[in-house]
Amino acid sequence: MTVFFKTIGFSIGLALVFTLVTQLLPQVEGEAPVETKVDLASLTMDDFVAMGEDLFMNKGTCTLCHKPPPIGRAPDIQSMDMVSTSSERLADERYQGESKDAADYILESMIDPSKFVVAGWGKKGSNDTVSPMPAVDKAPIQLSAMEMDAIIAYLQAKDGNEVTISLPSPEAAAEVVAAAPAAGGVAPAPAATAEEALGKYACSACHAMDSEDPLVGPGLATVGARLSETEIRQSIVDPAAVITEGFPPAMPADFAEKMTVRELEMLVQHLAEKK
Amino acid sequence: MRSNRQQSIRRNGFSNGLGWLLSLLAVLLVFGVTPVFADMGMGGAEQRIAPIGRVHIEGQDFVPVADSVASGAEEPEQIAAPRTSRKDYPNIGVSSRAVVWILAQLHLFFGALVLAVPLFVLVIELVGVMTGDERYDSMAHEFMKISLTGFSITAIFGGSLALALFLLYPDFMGYMMHVFGAQWLVYAGLFFLESFFLYTYYYGWNAMRYGNLKWVHLSLGLLLNGAGMTIMVISNSWATFMMAPSGVNEVGVVVGNIWEVMKGPLWNPINLHRFIANIGFGGAVVGAYAAYKFLSTKDMEKRAHYDWMGYTSNFIAILAFLPLPFAGYWLMAEIYAYSQQMGITAMGGILAWLFIVQAVLIGTILLAGNYYLWAGMSRTEGSKRYKPFIGFIAFVLVVCFLTWVTPHTLILSASEIAQLGGSHHHILGPLGIMPAKNIAVNLMLIVTFLSFQLYRRSDKVATVSWAPIGNALMVAIYVVAIVNIIFLGVYFGYFSNTVYKVGSSVAQVSSTLVVIIAGIVIDSLMFKNAKTLPSHWGRIPDRAQYALFALPIAFTWLMGLMGYVRSSVKTHWHVYTVMKDNSPDNFIPTIGYAGNMITIVTVLFLLFVLFMFWVASLSGTKQAKPETVTEGGVA
Repeated sequence: MTVFFKTIGFSIGLALVFTLVTQLLPQVEGEAPVETKVDLASLTMDDFVAMGEDLFMNKGTCTLCHKPPPIGRAPDIQSMDMVSTSSERLADERYQGESKDAADYILESMIDPSKFVVAGWGKKGSNDTVSPMPAVDKAPIQLSAMEMDAIIAYLQAKDGNEVTISLPSPEAAAEVVAAAPAAGGVAPAPAATAEEALGKYACSACHAMDSEDPLVGPGLATVGARLSETEIRQSIVDPAAVITEGFPPAMPADFAEKMTVRELEMLVQHLAEKK
Repeated sequence: MRSNRQQSIRRNGFSNGLGWLLSLLAVLLVFGVTPVFADMGMGGAEQRIAPIGRVHIEGQDFVPVADSVASGAEEPEQIAAPRTSRKDYPNIGVSSRAVVWILAQLHLFFGALVLAVPLFVLVIELVGVMTGDERYDSMAHEFMKISLTGFSITAIFGGSLALALFLLYPDFMGYMMHVFGAQWLVYAGLFFLESFFLYTYYYGWNAMRYGNLKWVHLSLGLLLNGAGMTIMVISNSWATFMMAPSGVNEVGVVVGNIWEVMKGPLWNPINLHRFIANIGFGGAVVGAYAAYKFLSTKDMEKRAHYDWMGYTSNFIAILAFLPLPFAGYWLMAEIYAYSQQMGITAMGGILAWLFIVQAVLIGTILLAGNYYLWAGMSRTEGSKRYKPFIGFIAFVLVVCFLTWVTPHTLILSASEIAQLGGSHHHILGPLGIMPAKNIAVNLMLIVTFLSFQLYRRSDKVATVSWAPIGNALMVAIYVVAIVNIIFLGVYFGYFSNTVYKVGSSVAQVSSTLVVIIAGIVIDSLMFKNAKTLPSHWGRIPDRAQYALFALPIAFTWLMGLMGYVRSSVKTHWHVYTVMKDNSPDNFIPTIGYAGNMITIVTVLFLLFVLFMFWVASLSGTKQAKPETVTEGGVA
């Protein structure tokens, strides 16, 4: 019996030593990103730049890689003047994008990072033609257009450059508010405008709104010319009824349950006018 | 004459048996591989992947799959991953994650144990057949006996886990059911097979002990392991799908067949890592059983038996542990290749602190393993020659251990920063980053192998003429490897950029592997017909047995810790990038909370293992017949 208690005591004691080590370390929780409500009426450019800095440090997860050497895995953006750096990169013969100025270049490097890969930082074996950076507008980061603008404003402002980004429009701000997850199981508020409804139901996750480029679903820039109001309504309420040629029936079938009648009609009107 | 005949019978038995094994293996391969190829050939991956927007395989033509849709061919229903909100997660009053955490971890602990034990039992049984030493056979049988209840306990926790998941995460489980489809039934079916092989293997042990029947028995063991391994890789595919989904599109619609869903980028690295870790874990747990039995008896014969059993278990645990960091390297490299963001979340982000705890655990395992080997040298009379090395090995282990646990970034107050002269200590700061830790871990592995090598040599004297050259060669390999590991770590770690730093770690690992492989090859040749010195099983200090308790506790805790990081790198996603976790527990808990949870599951595991051992000991216990009862009591 003595052996039993000795071995049990030793084993539990050792497990507690390991537990103690974990208690001595810094206790940090990794919160899931929380969308913040933007009060457009009082939003100043300083607030917008501060919002960009916060996004850069947190939700955007930029500082996971963009850190000073030797621990960084990407150029140390915070110690660089990104406006002058952008001009150098736009002039570089390896640059493959279509941007004309710093703001466009920074946006392009966030949504299509392989357009220009800084020498030495490319994906292994790609000879610096493919960037290991994820597109920040896609999962898992999923920054909205307004959030990316805020980051551009921050990167311009931090070195004293002129901020060329405009403050967000009411539609864009509404999109962020609408995209916020419902806390505590409360149903989200009905959208007030068609743009808000587009954001609320994340239509642009699968459909390009301003072009005919196919993503997961077809582009909707001229959907009003192709479909009548009745057909658009049917496509939303019963997407499997008619499937556009060349696309899988991947559209969620539960919009009829989720949308209010007013939201549906606003969307139908809005899309029917896209000709 | 009789002896020749016996040998001839044994050889015939062996060749027949080997034929049996090879035939079975061939059948397994044919039946196992054919459906995979058939599956892969069903129209080709590009045809299934192509319909998503403009995606197509680079270098190949766009596949006009739209025709089949337009022609009215019936398409299967395509369901995207559900978008859940807080109300979709039932609230049972306690943390759902904590419930699933405990059940999943206990299921995994026992699953690992019962997958590993039959694996090394089969090898030990085979060694018994090859050497003709029945002690191996008896030990293998005893290992099976003590782990038998573990199969039921694994199933109980597995069933409880499944029920908890369906209750607490219904949408997520519904989606997983949809993605993996009929694979779940295959998984369930494999349990029937495994149970059949398990019971025939265990209960048929003595009925199939000699001659050709022994090979039938070994074949049953092989099939038991085949079923177990298949169960493991299938369940691994669920975990790796959640970390790095494949065979689905951006919104989670299944676009590939089951093989494409299973074969994600992390599947094989996890398979290999768990396979090796399970063996080490299983060895450590049965080693604790042997240590307990050793301490509980004064009978010298039994002590000798359990000492030998403990030594064998420690040998299995440490041998499996040595290549484990390399499998870990591969896994992390694949994680980085899949998503640099995920890799950095694990290694350089919020989870980075737990690698300090990992260092403490691995340091404990290596120190305990080495200490047991040093203490075990007292069994042999030839070990005096190697005693001076122990101090050197201990010194290297401790210095490397301290280097490994040196943190890089400290959370400090302003006055502490002023006192320290910066956010990093000017001397110890450089020891906090990976190059220093890579040097440390490789040197720890090398000196652990040195301990093992010296132990193996301690009861032998080489008789080959080239022994001095062999020894000189071995010393040279050690020296070159150690110098190479330190040089690569210092030069590429501190004087070049990150890309080269990561690349140099591969060369460091290769140096360690060269030492291990060269050591095994040189020693097996050099000590082939060596003179054997007396060895006394059972002659080992009692305190050495506590090293055999430290091993399973550290292994169990380490598995719990790695489970925490593996699951947490998904951050707030059930299925990374495809299905968000909107439950109340969608945050990464603190390391302290994780530590508490891991200790809870470790202690629970310990209690259930004791129950398992107790049940095993019941089978060998027979109550004495009560004497005649008289009116006044026992006569």
